[in-house]
Amino acid sequence: MGEFIRTVLDPEIPFLRYALIAGTLASVSFGMIGTYVVARRISYIAGAISHCVLGGIGASLYFRHVIGIEWLHPLHGAVVAALTAAVIIGLVSLRAEQREDTVIGALWATGMAVGLLFIAKTPGYVDPMSYLFGNILMISRTDLWIIAGLDVVVVVLAILFYDRFLAVCFDEEFARLRGIHVEFYFLLLLCLTALTVVLLVTVVGIVMVIALLTLPAAVASHFSRRLWQMMGLSILLCFVFTIGGIGFSYTHDLPSGATIILLSASVYLLTAVGQGLWRRRAQRRMALR
Amino acid sequence: MSPSPVLSLSNVSFSYGTAAPVFDGVDLAIQDREFVSVVGPNGGGKTTLLKLLLGLLRPDAGEVRVFGVPAPDARRRVGYMPQYAHYDPKFPVTVRDVVLMGRVERHAVGFYSRQDRRAADEALAQVGLADLAERLFEALSGGQRQRVLLARALATEPDLLLLDEPTANVDAAVESKLFEILKELNTRMTILIVSHDLGFVSEIVQSVVCVHNDLVVHPTSALTGDLIRDMYGGDVRMVRHDHRCSEEGHSHG
Repeated sequence: MGEFIRTVLDPEIPFLRYALIAGTLASVSFGMIGTYVVARRISYIAGAISHCVLGGIGASLYFRHVIGIEWLHPLHGAVVAALTAAVIIGLVSLRAEQREDTVIGALWATGMAVGLLFIAKTPGYVDPMSYLFGNILMISRTDLWIIAGLDVVVVVLAILFYDRFLAVCFDEEFARLRGIHVEFYFLLLLCLTALTVVLLVTVVGIVMVIALLTLPAAVASHFSRRLWQMMGLSILLCFVFTIGGIGFSYTHDLPSGATIILLSASVYLLTAVGQGLWRRRAQRRMALR
Repeated sequence: MSPSPVLSLSNVSFSYGTAAPVFDGVDLAIQDREFVSVVGPNGGGKTTLLKLLLGLLRPDAGEVRVFGVPAPDARRRVGYMPQYAHYDPKFPVTVRDVVLMGRVERHAVGFYSRQDRRAADEALAQVGLADLAERLFEALSGGQRQRVLLARALATEPDLLLLDEPTANVDAAVESKLFEILKELNTRMTILIVSHDLGFVSEIVQSVVCVHNDLVVHPTSALTGDLIRDMYGGDVRMVRHDHRCSEEGHSHG
């Protein structure tokens, strides 16, 4: 623990600090948007969006190295790909009356395939593993600025439209009858989900980021009566999981993304089992009375 | 001549895709402050009628007008209480949160105003649930939830109340309580209730619309109801079988 803190403070080793800052910033968006994703039950859609991000990352690597667009950063491509995927998948979900899951599953794989082709055709050694499963060594100062900017956008919009999102997520038909443009808010929510996913793609990777979006909210749902309470608790949990995961993985020389996800999953399992036991005990007491 | 009706269907036809038409050139007119019960067998078109009135479905032909304008444009003046909210039972909301949703269109950004909260609490008090405002919505009984959905419809401050099967899963005591509430509300607004049983055909209902791929309006009074018995295949509460517009009644060809 002491060594970890020394490393964090060591000016020669910035990446660990960057990862911790990224995790802290992103926790706010993850907690808020994750709550909507869990409450509205769209984690499958969020999963498809996050996997499509690889397409954007691959494309920006390719355009940077082959076409020579120097300012292009992988996260730029990730943002574009995530937003495009969010709109396409959202429209499919709204319009397609059947086989929605088939189309979304296909888009999921298509986005990844595009990314892998671009990466394969990019000269030099690019390891797709880093993007798929995360690599805290990849976080730069530029990433932090992008993450902070996106974070602000997501949090501001999620707070401003809280009442509308709540109404649309709870009872879409009623919201529509009140004259709310339900489709617009659904697409906006997916776009915010897309931006949120991008925030921690570098730390936990495309494949696992969805778990970090949903697990804190799922744990929080056991203890929350209101949506905003669930958000607050999710933010806190996400912060604890990312920081704890990064710290543990660093001190034990483990991949950070996997450590963060396993930490979240264990806590989820414990609370789910704990709540199940608690309910049964309460029922037994009621029966005895 | 009567004043312009609150609800009107003129020569409306509707069918789902290529299926046999649910309605084929039907007419209906409901006046202000009327209390109407819509009855009919399952599959007869009650829900379709409701969706046409809410503007969720568009007629293939003819016109559906609410407060003199096409149905979708009148939605904000209509308080709708669904039979079931399409909600997720795990969704973390309190009773007050749900009722506040009746006022969600009043602000685009930010939060519900103090006035919205007051209106929501008043609506809850009207349905007799003021002390449950802080409860979790999922923790309520079926009947209580339906009253919350009624409060949500009232919080919209409607001029017309559309209720879908409000007595579907409540006991007789709750039903009569609901009646009391609706009777009072009827002094201020037009009420249309859809019901698959005839329990709601009581002394406060002024007319009954029978929906069986056709719309027929009956005033409620105690006379024989061969048609209703035919429609439901059993003894049900009696409805006088006169067409409102004709002296000698109508026949169901």
